[in-house]
Amino acid sequence: MTSEPIVHVRGARRRYGTFEAVRGVDLDVHRGELVALLGTNGAGKTSFVELVEGLAPASGGTVRVLGHDPYRERRQVVGSLGIMLQSAGFSGDLTVAETARTWAGTLSRPRPVDDVLGAVGLTHRADVRVASLSGGEKRRLDLALATMGDPELLFLDEPTTGLDPESRRATWRLVQGMLEAGTTVLLTTHYLEEAEELADRIAIMQAGRVVRSGSVADIVGAEPARVEFVVRNAAGSPVVPGAADLPSLEGIVDVPQVDRTGRLRLRTTSLQGDLHTLLQWAEARQLRLDDLDARSASLEQAFLAMDDTDDTHDETAEVAA
Amino acid sequence: MTTTTPTRNPSASGRAAGRGGSAAPGLRRIAALARSELLLLVRNRTALVNALLLPPATVGLFSAINGGGDDASAAAGPLLVNVLTIMALAMVVYYNLTVAYVARREELVLKRYLVGESSRSEILAGAAVPAFVVALAQTALGIVAVSVLFEAPPFTNPLLMVIAVVGGTVMLTALAAATSGLSRTVESAQLTTFPLLIVALPFAGLLGSGTGDGVAGVLGTIGTFTPLRPITDLMTLGMTGIDRDGRLLTTFGETVAAGRLSVLVLLAWTAIGVLAARRFMRWEPRR
Repeated sequence: MTSEPIVHVRGARRRYGTFEAVRGVDLDVHRGELVALLGTNGAGKTSFVELVEGLAPASGGTVRVLGHDPYRERRQVVGSLGIMLQSAGFSGDLTVAETARTWAGTLSRPRPVDDVLGAVGLTHRADVRVASLSGGEKRRLDLALATMGDPELLFLDEPTTGLDPESRRATWRLVQGMLEAGTTVLLTTHYLEEAEELADRIAIMQAGRVVRSGSVADIVGAEPARVEFVVRNAAGSPVVPGAADLPSLEGIVDVPQVDRTGRLRLRTTSLQGDLHTLLQWAEARQLRLDDLDARSASLEQAFLAMDDTDDTHDETAEVAA
Repeated sequence: MTTTTPTRNPSASGRAAGRGGSAAPGLRRIAALARSELLLLVRNRTALVNALLLPPATVGLFSAINGGGDDASAAAGPLLVNVLTIMALAMVVYYNLTVAYVARREELVLKRYLVGESSRSEILAGAAVPAFVVALAQTALGIVAVSVLFEAPPFTNPLLMVIAVVGGTVMLTALAAATSGLSRTVESAQLTTFPLLIVALPFAGLLGSGTGDGVAGVLGTIGTFTPLRPITDLMTLGMTGIDRDGRLLTTFGETVAAGRLSVLVLLAWTAIGVLAARRFMRWEPRR
């Protein structure tokens, strides 16, 4: 891409006392794209995003947002940002509409309150006190306020946590609509499905560093596909083939595993070719491959595989898929 | 939930225009924040009673104790105005605002405002506007009431009265911000506001000016430098022309000269309040 990135970060560090939560992160976000920041709890996602939002100064490296230092030159950029924090509150005694009008009054370019509440499906709740809203409704009000200023750069920190599946999909559609209209988004999320659905690019953080980044296809493409089946003979009895009995598979990774129920699992980097070989092998021996399941890797698999192989694995790690 | 998507103005350069230097956007933001704080005040019965009834009730009590007899002198009216102003500033501005800042912080509303376009001082000012309006209205109504019921004071220097109320509000807003940082919960704000109220109120000059020799004189001198005292001194001087030593001044110029020390004390406490607010004010709950 030729244009200067909207977010340009090099070697960013953030230290709390002796603990360094962000340890040299590089990240570029270009106009109109959505970059998803993934990572386990404690990986440093929120600490890092706060640097880009300009809520805290970096203890090292450079952070530029729209060409400015977002912390020291916050006045210059804040009107172009929309920020949905993981934890920001409301005054429970104000109604939804009053809360939205107050926020609109503090923005330089607010969109009409009714439109914004409509976009997140809160029109019918406009006159309800915020204290009476459900968790999911509060999250949608959060989203409404973050998008109200028609931001160039939108930060979404766990935007769909606590939402039911339908509201989650509606949120995704809203975000997709904003992307189509040219908004740039930096998303942090626990939900890999959300990143797969929305993200142009993904950056995975671990222990304060970006350990992998690229498009969903890049990250998933490097991960082997899976094939699973139970082998049965002509009489229908399960057969557990030894490794030597299987045909030679060109893309196979590791040794095939057999679980207690006799189900055989293997991983391959050549799904089409190896599946063809397996089917021919079964045909020739009059074997049935029951419950055959062959699938390309998902982002979740890639994420979990990466997590397993990493020594700096956080003990509090928790990934909701 | 609908899938209506916003249409945004693609001209990125256009959005930066019209913002920045001018004070008007700041005032607009303060007005928006003040409006919501006013709604919250109206919906919080404790704070509302504190704001609207406590100061006039104190005045009623004060005048009942003070005799209700033949002492309806020229000094009685201004004293009652002072009681009203001091109670309004102490309870509505200082106490209620401390509680409001703690409440907004604990419900993570301050944190939300911080990520928006408002500056820290705009956020603090927005919350303070309703308290200021209530205190100002009570003082104004008190002056009208006293002028009708008693002999109207000469109002030698109304400017000093304005300085007293506005300056007192700014000082107590800063002190409220600082105090809120030392209060973990709304309930504990009752304790953290206690020192200023209990130490400063007796020295505020409502119980006599403390002139003369001996202990009273020493206490009077100390009292001059306590935070609420310059407010009563300036109000008295502005309303009646009577200075801290009990001399009657009749010209505007004389009262300006006589009010200088009080203005300095007020400014000093405001500076202390601002420094303390910078040091102690917290914008999100302790974790």
